[in-house]
Amino acid sequence: MISIQNVYKWYGDFQVLSNCSTEVSKGEVVVVCGPSGSGKSTLIKCVNALEPFQRGDIVVDGISLADPKTNLPKLRSRVGMVFQHFELFPHLSITENLTIAQIKVLGRGKDEATEKGLALLERVGLKAHAHKYPGQLSGGQQQRVAIARALAMDPVVMLFDEPTSALDPEMVNEVLDVMVQLAQEGMTMMCVTHEMGFARKVADRVIFMDQGQIVEDCAKEAFFGDLSARSERARQFLAKILQH
Amino acid sequence: MDFSAILPALPGLWEGMLTTLQLMLLGVLGGVLLGTLLAVMRLSHNRLLANLAATYVNYFRSIPLLLVITWFYFAVPFLLRAITGEDTPVGAFTSCVVAFLMFEAAYFCEIVRAGIQSIPKGQMGAAQALGMTHGQCMRLIILPQAFRKMTPLLLQQSIILFQDTSLVYAVGLMDFLNAARSRGDIIGQPHEFLIFAGLVYFTVSFAASLLVKRLQKRLAV
Repeated sequence: MISIQNVYKWYGDFQVLSNCSTEVSKGEVVVVCGPSGSGKSTLIKCVNALEPFQRGDIVVDGISLADPKTNLPKLRSRVGMVFQHFELFPHLSITENLTIAQIKVLGRGKDEATEKGLALLERVGLKAHAHKYPGQLSGGQQQRVAIARALAMDPVVMLFDEPTSALDPEMVNEVLDVMVQLAQEGMTMMCVTHEMGFARKVADRVIFMDQGQIVEDCAKEAFFGDLSARSERARQFLAKILQH
Repeated sequence: MDFSAILPALPGLWEGMLTTLQLMLLGVLGGVLLGTLLAVMRLSHNRLLANLAATYVNYFRSIPLLLVITWFYFAVPFLLRAITGEDTPVGAFTSCVVAFLMFEAAYFCEIVRAGIQSIPKGQMGAAQALGMTHGQCMRLIILPQAFRKMTPLLLQQSIILFQDTSLVYAVGLMDFLNAARSRGDIIGQPHEFLIFAGLVYFTVSFAASLLVKRLQKRLAV
């Protein structure tokens, strides 16, 4: 579904990604973790071409991002993305947030889009808030709407960029619950997150990044199972976040 | 001082005020449209477009409005003749509208640009991630938010334009000030009419400013 092939990226002289390669198969859930500044968010943003890269290629559902002829907006419409800061559109109601791209990008009719949006809103448990504006919802509720908004486009894969890092602790679980449910339904997912509980529960593979490189890329059982087989850097990282 | 001559002159003054308001309204509408286009150009990644817009803005912000008005009075008929090949009579009103909207566009451009830049970058990313083209992102997501934020500034600039329309006396257009002045001259009471004109300008502009301030408070919440 996603094939990342020897991707390099620089900001000027500074190298953010260095020779990153990995695959995400259909139905697979891959968690990307690593210290801040390790390039994990940049990597996931490269997957739907929100960030350009200079070398290598990423192929999503058979479409090459490095190919200059690729219609990037069209590709992005099939790749769902959830952001750290939700990024709901504050000037639009929740219903409009859920329907605007369906109508303007996919060309769906207003009624069809609204029906689809409301069904997804119900699924994330927020149907009663359809008429409200994003500013009237809590962080956790906004993030659930953001997930519903991405799902409304019928994506072939979902990308999550630290979806719970900006949330109050008590709201983390309501968002993770939605993500777990999605994973169990067979959605292909690539998640940048530090929620190791989530990784243990639903991830098929865990990728560990440091200084722009993919240091570890292995099955969940191996990643959490045998620490001695992990790299020094991954062990230090895990020790820090798993201690408490 | 004898203000009694003003009352019978009011219908004529009102006509002048209508011209003033029309000039302002068309100048603001055209200026905001052109200014928005310039702002989007200035922020585009295309160097040529960005530089073109920057040159335009810097040029018009560096020359006096009075010059632009007189210049367009002569230039617009000339340009039209060059384009259409025949004499096209253009009144002072039309040439003044063109002058105002082109001049104000430079100022509106900077207001709109600041408005666009005040919207968090993530909004653009989220819109793009949903598959919107750059044009859709701007039209549906960024500009509606930006305009809401900059409404007070746009209105403030419009109030300035309301006062600046009086410069059309240079090409003989009968706006409010010119109407008041000429009537005062004919009757032989120029001072009374100018004082009255001043009062009207002050009342309209100041009341509008107060309204903008109230609006600003409401939008800030």
